[in-house]
Amino acid sequence: MSSTQSSSSGTQPLLALIYDKTFRSILYQVLVFGGVFLLGWYLVNNTLTNLEQQDIATGFGFLEREASFGISESVIEYSPADTYGRALVVGILNTVKVSALGIFLATILGTLIGIGLVSPNWLLRFMGKTYIETFRNVPLLLQLFFWYSVVTNAFPGPRQALNPMAGVFASNRGLYLPVPADHPAWTAALIALILGLIGAFLVRKWALKRLEATGEVFPYLSAGIGVAIGLPILAWLVFGAPTEMNTPSLQGFNFQGGISLSPEFFTLLLGLTIYTATYIAEIVRSGIQSVPKGQSEAATSLGLKPSWVMRLIILPQALRVIIPPMTNQYLNLTKNSSLAVAIGYPDLVSISNTTMNQTGQAVEAVTIFMTIYLSISLLISFFMNWYNKRMALVER
Amino acid sequence: MTNLIPNQNRPTTGSATHRSWRWVRENLFSTPLNSVITIFCLYIIWQVLSTVVGWALINASFASTKDACEAVSGACWAYVHQNYRFVLFGTYPLDEQWRSVLGSVMLIVGMLVSMNRRFWSPWLALAWLVWLALLYIILAGDVFGLTRVDSAQWGGLTLTLLLAVVGIGFAAPLALLLALGRRSEMPFVKVVCVVFIEVFRGVPLISVLIMASVMFPLFLPEGVTINKLLRAQVGIIFFQAAYLAEVFRGGMQAIPSGQYEAADSLGLGYWQKMGKIILPQALRLVIPPTMSTFISLLKDTSLVVIIGLFDLLGATKSAINDPAWRQQFIEGYVFIALIFFCFCFFMSRYSLHLDRELKRGM
Repeated sequence: MSSTQSSSSGTQPLLALIYDKTFRSILYQVLVFGGVFLLGWYLVNNTLTNLEQQDIATGFGFLEREASFGISESVIEYSPADTYGRALVVGILNTVKVSALGIFLATILGTLIGIGLVSPNWLLRFMGKTYIETFRNVPLLLQLFFWYSVVTNAFPGPRQALNPMAGVFASNRGLYLPVPADHPAWTAALIALILGLIGAFLVRKWALKRLEATGEVFPYLSAGIGVAIGLPILAWLVFGAPTEMNTPSLQGFNFQGGISLSPEFFTLLLGLTIYTATYIAEIVRSGIQSVPKGQSEAATSLGLKPSWVMRLIILPQALRVIIPPMTNQYLNLTKNSSLAVAIGYPDLVSISNTTMNQTGQAVEAVTIFMTIYLSISLLISFFMNWYNKRMALVER
Repeated sequence: MTNLIPNQNRPTTGSATHRSWRWVRENLFSTPLNSVITIFCLYIIWQVLSTVVGWALINASFASTKDACEAVSGACWAYVHQNYRFVLFGTYPLDEQWRSVLGSVMLIVGMLVSMNRRFWSPWLALAWLVWLALLYIILAGDVFGLTRVDSAQWGGLTLTLLLAVVGIGFAAPLALLLALGRRSEMPFVKVVCVVFIEVFRGVPLISVLIMASVMFPLFLPEGVTINKLLRAQVGIIFFQAAYLAEVFRGGMQAIPSGQYEAADSLGLGYWQKMGKIILPQALRLVIPPTMSTFISLLKDTSLVVIIGLFDLLGATKSAINDPAWRQQFIEGYVFIALIFFCFCFFMSRYSLHLDRELKRGM
């Protein structure tokens, strides 16, 4: 009797406890926490034991040591005598260089194709669709290998380099472009361009303020463009209008002068642009189609000029749909630039890989490049979120 | 003024030539600008087509040996003739290659069966487990009188399909758990899921694969090794599960809160609520992005070439590294590009079909 009593009074609270929502939630979390903690402890423990047995150093001291490997291209000065730390910085800069250019070019190409997809011309739409289906259904890595083979095998050597335009040479050693020769006028024009952009921004601010205060319209867009382009040209003219170009020319076995794009860089940029443009085109198409036809009809019936309809009515609404998926594509392009390692462009992953093989410190090297990628991703998404918020619909 | 009548209201009578002429006029030559665009497009299409067709068909050599290729300027399809076994089945032992063929066929049959909505039930998952176990026995051998073939020798199309199918099969349930965890009210569970998802989404797949091949062996106690293929497979599963989890989460967020509240007020438990009310609606909403994640997964399996596995791309790379076929790299890449294209294109068409089919019931 007493035993059943005690057992029933024992199970009752226990059952109540099991069916209690808060208790269950705490129990589950303790279990998850315990599992994660034990797993983490087990892995760290194993790693430490393994590292000790294989006599691999730990810590980030290797960043200070001499790297003693060469890097084929670099934005900053670099020689094998520099440290691993500097080599990694070279890698980061190379990744940023190819990603930034890739984002720029893919956006232009993708937008053009996206506009083609909504054209009234059937043939243009058909071509756009074919382009998208072809390049998006084939792995990017395969495309990179393909372009790389084409550039290094099918392009002629420097002596027989293709010369599609005056001063432009393409050979299996890379692409060579002319640049303006050194002259103070170019520096002055660059400074004037920056000043002009700031000026254009100020004009826009002033014009909008005046528009709100008085209702008078000032054509700030054309004025701003005028200032931004006019100032550099003025500066260039004032400093003597130099027209001398630094054109690449064949000297010995290769080209000298101008700027050169290595086959690796050129291939990576080409592959990333072509592949990402297919996604951007679809995004632009759906953005444009998401604005109901009534919007442009209503704007036109209000008497707005076609250019204003586009700028004030269509674009702001389309951008709202376009920006979030576009952010994802920019992030994807940056991450895909790591495929550089397969064709030998010295990006962050490729240099980390070399570092890892030389020092054996895989854990540290992987941690470093994963952290850097995470930060780049977060940076781009912060920027795009900020931009998105500016463009977003302000509701009540 | 002629445009006052909208297109769809115009009479559709008239002879066939008449109608096609009208179609051409309206779609290709409606304005002067349109005509210019049409002519420009025709020029580009002509250029591309004549180059491609000229290379692949007209100037190509279809002989089965390479000798005939010296005489032609186009493609040398002897490459495919001589290398298709290596590209499709990798370094799998020649005498045993029927097992690799059977493996590919089993995977394709499994995929085709799973695409049919009539078979969608929990039993399908169980059937897949049995099917994969059978596949493993056939590929690896060592029982029933089959000789043992090490997984390092698996390759080509079979490996690509295996990585993709197993990847999809395991990434989807993991992604579902992660998505549920991310939307859970338990703070710790939520944090674990958010960190997992954001870390894997923030880094490139290649770094996950490098981690799986270089760093992972350090995690295991001494003497325990896990083969490279499995490590790569786990890396792919984790990576794609993180993307898929966000897709699923998007679907769950789109379900109005009234549905959650209604399920609660009926007294359904958490798993009943999710399994019977929320997920069936949420997953239906996200079929297109889910399928495009699966397509990315299939394309991304090609990255295993970087850690030294012989999938379609890896096998092709080593085939054209052979001095005899070094000039045939275009044929090599085009051949597997077509294979990838067929699979991806088929998957995207299926996604459209499924989406239309399921939306009809809503």
